[in-house]
Amino acid sequence: MKLTAFAAAAAAFLMFGPSQAMAGRDLDQIRARGQLLCGVQGPSNPGFGFPNAQGQWQGFNVEVCRSVAITIFGDPNRVQFVPVTTQSRFPALSSGEVDILSNNSTWTLTRDSNVNRFNFPAIVFYDGQSMMVPRRLNVTSARQLDGATVCVQPGTTTELNLADYFRQHNMRFTPVVVADLDELRRAYDSGRCDVFTNDFAALAAQRTLLSRPADHVILPERISKEPLGPVVRQGDEELTNIVAWTVFALIEAEELGITAANVEQIAGSSTNPIVRRFLGVEGNMGESINAARADYARQMIRTFGNYGEIYERWLGERTPLGLERGQNRTWLNGGLLYAPPAR
Amino acid sequence: MSSTALAPPKPLIPLPGGTTMRGVLWQAGLAIVVVLVGWSLYNNMLANMAARGLQFGFGFLNRSAGIPIGEHLIPYTPADTYQRALTVGLLNTLRVALLGVVLATILGILLGLARLSANPLLRGLTGGYIEVIRNTPLVLQLVFWHAIVLQLPSVRQALNPLPGLYLSQRGLKTPALMADTALFWAAVAVVVALLAWWLLLRRERARQEATGDRRPTWAPGLALLFGLPILAGYVIGAPTVEWPVLAGFNFRGGLTLSPEFFALLLGLVIYTSAFIAEIVRAGIQSVQRGQWEAARALGLAPGRIMRLVILPQALRVIIPPLTSQYLNLTKNSSLAVVIGYPDLVSVANTSINQTGQAVEVIAIFMAVYLIISLVTSLLMNTYNRAVALKER
Repeated sequence: MKLTAFAAAAAAFLMFGPSQAMAGRDLDQIRARGQLLCGVQGPSNPGFGFPNAQGQWQGFNVEVCRSVAITIFGDPNRVQFVPVTTQSRFPALSSGEVDILSNNSTWTLTRDSNVNRFNFPAIVFYDGQSMMVPRRLNVTSARQLDGATVCVQPGTTTELNLADYFRQHNMRFTPVVVADLDELRRAYDSGRCDVFTNDFAALAAQRTLLSRPADHVILPERISKEPLGPVVRQGDEELTNIVAWTVFALIEAEELGITAANVEQIAGSSTNPIVRRFLGVEGNMGESINAARADYARQMIRTFGNYGEIYERWLGERTPLGLERGQNRTWLNGGLLYAPPAR
Repeated sequence: MSSTALAPPKPLIPLPGGTTMRGVLWQAGLAIVVVLVGWSLYNNMLANMAARGLQFGFGFLNRSAGIPIGEHLIPYTPADTYQRALTVGLLNTLRVALLGVVLATILGILLGLARLSANPLLRGLTGGYIEVIRNTPLVLQLVFWHAIVLQLPSVRQALNPLPGLYLSQRGLKTPALMADTALFWAAVAVVVALLAWWLLLRRERARQEATGDRRPTWAPGLALLFGLPILAGYVIGAPTVEWPVLAGFNFRGGLTLSPEFFALLLGLVIYTSAFIAEIVRAGIQSVQRGQWEAARALGLAPGRIMRLVILPQALRVIIPPLTSQYLNLTKNSSLAVVIGYPDLVSVANTSINQTGQAVEVIAIFMAVYLIISLVTSLLMNTYNRAVALKER
């Protein structure tokens, strides 16, 4: 018996022995696993990522991850969605619990540095922090909020900007900090806080879930820049490239006027070399970024449409969120979206 | 079974020496395995951190944290360091744990006694309470209490049961005593009064031992306790009181007990008291019937039987499991994250998120909880030795 115990201990020692690192290992691991582990905002972020009645994740951020899966595997269903909170997301990514975050994370210097070691391959949504208040408070500007109680999610740029903003304007506030977004929204809805702060789009999303959405207004100030996008770990340039050129493909398609409806027809008839290369009719762009197929962009657009179509489907003016395109138009239409040339 | 089965088994590996020697060898072997496993885990961690480009170190503790914390017992602003932020979290944990332990003990003893009551209604109700509370998850209870507390009136319709006391969704507001010299001398007066009362009690006890006669001390005691601070107030001046005033969005001034703190305290006290009640009941039932009968035969009143005869003997059974409940309460306070009370774990989680130093921060809060638990155990074990059966 004692010998078996000894053997078990020795086996445990061998199993927990030092592990080895390899180059590009994140992508290798994803390919070997056959699935992309995508961290999304849990439990629910309407429009951006939420489970439907069948328990399937859908939304803007979800389709970004599915598009990445198309580039890696040629299959949008090879994704497992892992709900993470704002507090748990970065530890989940750095420990390898997820391969990629697609949950409205803001690109900042500290996160994209030697301190936290993450990469932000591309921006999918330009946003700014805002404040929501009940209409009956008759507040019209964030500058009138001295002494207010503010509901905020922990571990976010929002939390840090909030402290900066009140400090900058010499105002005081009491934070109410709850990690669970549902629990936080309930606290605001019941009147625990005077103010609910988050990125504008996220606030609009949360407003749809309040008991009386029309009784709440979002104040005009945008107190910060919030460039949001998918996040990966540093150290695997191949994966970073794949994510970047997946997002760029969605934007490029809109720039070129390619949609889910016309992509096949354009691929068959277009003589424009830029379009032909982009859709994989000629050239080897897919191979250059290690995509599963040469026509990954074409497959992506056939499945989900271009950036504008995805936006309008989940966030646009015909959805409960009702967000204008605003800064999230392509540069051709006066927005900030700009894809580097695919050549 | 044949009689040969009684022969001593042959050792699997022939080892030198007698039984003692073999024992020592096995112990040494086990110690080596433990050290090797620990060392390999540590190396594995360093290797994995290196592979992800993370550096191990505690330098981040002196960086500015930037995170706002709603409740702090010591002055704190977002410009302070991570070290200070974590200290604020630790103090919040200790505050709820200490208060929780005291209140859960009082409520638990009352419930335990009620469970043994001769009144079937009281017995049944207590039994039902204990079973419901013990058999539902604490997290659900916390969310429940939090939701209840949030149903209180809004801050502008705050309940005002006593002057200066306001109860609303924003918590309980009370007047605060300002820390000035008058408050210091008032506090000194209270301490002096308590000391005098204790001396009085000692004198009366000695008197009872000598003469069998004893005079009650509560009247002069209370006179001292209230008289001395009032006298101090007349001589030095009364301490300044800061009253809460509704200004703008919230009350300004005064002390605040936040709804999160209140919900957490309520949840922990109610949950733990159900377990303590059962421990108290078991302790009392472990005292033999003969003790009750003998005490009754001496003509003691029921209250004094419990206090002088039964409880001292029951305590021997009660203390060790009670210690475990205290430890549980302290550790369960980390569920504060769910309802947004800024305890140690909540602040630590945010620090991990901002700095990426997960291993270091988790090591810090594991060490802190370990120290809190060990100190609690030490105190309770000392107390246990004091009440244990002394065999002379």
